Amino acid sequence: MEYKDYYKTLGLARDATPDDIKRAYRKLARKFHPDVSKEPNAEARFKEINEAQEVLKDPEKRAAYDALGNNWRAGQDFRPPPGGPGGARQGFNFSPDEAADFSDFFSSLFNRGGGAGGGAPRKRRGQDQTVRIQIDLEDAFHGATRQLRLEVPEMGADGRAISHERTLNVRIPAGVTQGRQIRLSGQGGPGIHGGPAGDLYLEVDLKPHRHFTADGRDVQLRLPIAPWEAALGATIPVPTLGGAVNLKIPAGSQTGKKMRLKGRGLPGEPAGDEMVVLEIVVPPAKTEEARRVFEHMAEQLHFNPRADLGV
Amino acid sequence: MLQSETRIEGIVLDEGLVVTLAELTQLCGSSGRTLQLMVGEGLLRPQAGAAPGEWRFDGVAVQRARRALRLRHDLELNLSGTALALDLLDELEALRRRIHALEHQLGGLS
Repeated sequence: MEYKDYYKTLGLARDATPDDIKRAYRKLARKFHPDVSKEPNAEARFKEINEAQEVLKDPEKRAAYDALGNNWRAGQDFRPPPGGPGGARQGFNFSPDEAADFSDFFSSLFNRGGGAGGGAPRKRRGQDQTVRIQIDLEDAFHGATRQLRLEVPEMGADGRAISHERTLNVRIPAGVTQGRQIRLSGQGGPGIHGGPAGDLYLEVDLKPHRHFTADGRDVQLRLPIAPWEAALGATIPVPTLGGAVNLKIPAGSQTGKKMRLKGRGLPGEPAGDEMVVLEIVVPPAKTEEARRVFEHMAEQLHFNPRADLGV
Repeated sequence: MLQSETRIEGIVLDEGLVVTLAELTQLCGSSGRTLQLMVGEGLLRPQAGAAPGEWRFDGVAVQRARRALRLRHDLELNLSGTALALDLLDELEALRRRIHALEHQLGGLS
């Protein structure tokens, strides 16, 4: 297993005071809290930060950790010394809910000797877990089945942490939107001493789409149209998530005009709409003929698009 | 490494889901009293019901309550601090979506 440098995790020197530790922890916790942070590895970083402060804030645990010596480097292969840290076996107190999430390194130092306090081990519900999943907008529209691989930490018979990989085939229902969670009952952390498993929450993150952007159940599309379609009006095909539909563009439309295709967004009660934003695209004047058409327009239309600007 | 495979279906925490205070308590692993305080703080809003026994919350509220409890615990916030953080996070999220939509509209022009 890998040695963890808890001081480095919190950006501290080994002689940090309890106040330093608290301050560093609070600052990093705010920065990497998965509910707040947009940092890519927020979840993992937050766990590391918590594990580090769990050890360093407690004088006994910190002393046991310090007793390993300071010649270790983070990531270095670590084997726990026999008889527990510092040569003395101690009963450490920690919250089992939180410790379940900590590293093998942590468990090897502090988890030995089984449950503290003696007596019959208490049944505990497993932890709830939250995992972010990236979903294509098409899958959010049609629904899909996604395969997830999850690393599940589990307590082995000897009290050591072991990892176990689980594959879940999850049905993603049609109509999920950005940031919503899907609750999978009993698929979270395993129960402790025969307790029920926790729940698994999948948080939906919609992948950026080439053409559409989603806002809740509404989707938005920028639709290029030709100047004559805008000027004269036209019925033109428009892509939607469910396939192309025809849209009637009124005569005299301008770039930026918004039109709503009701119920063509993500499905639901009610279904979302597709907002179409028109964008007039001018054809290139590359041929003699095309140039003539534009010159003819310039002569005939007497059009000043800058009249509002007074020039 | 052990390997196991399961096919499962979940429940989306959206407007379609409706839960009572007791069910919300279970989903959050929290006490009814804490959740009542959250309602009192305006942090959590039941979509229906006058008395706590009649309250009904939708799935969005479930997600919000769970987020609030995590923030409160992990960052040691009090209730009004939690409410403020959640409101600001909601606003941030709405602004991000707005920027995203506007960038999309401008895409062809920039």
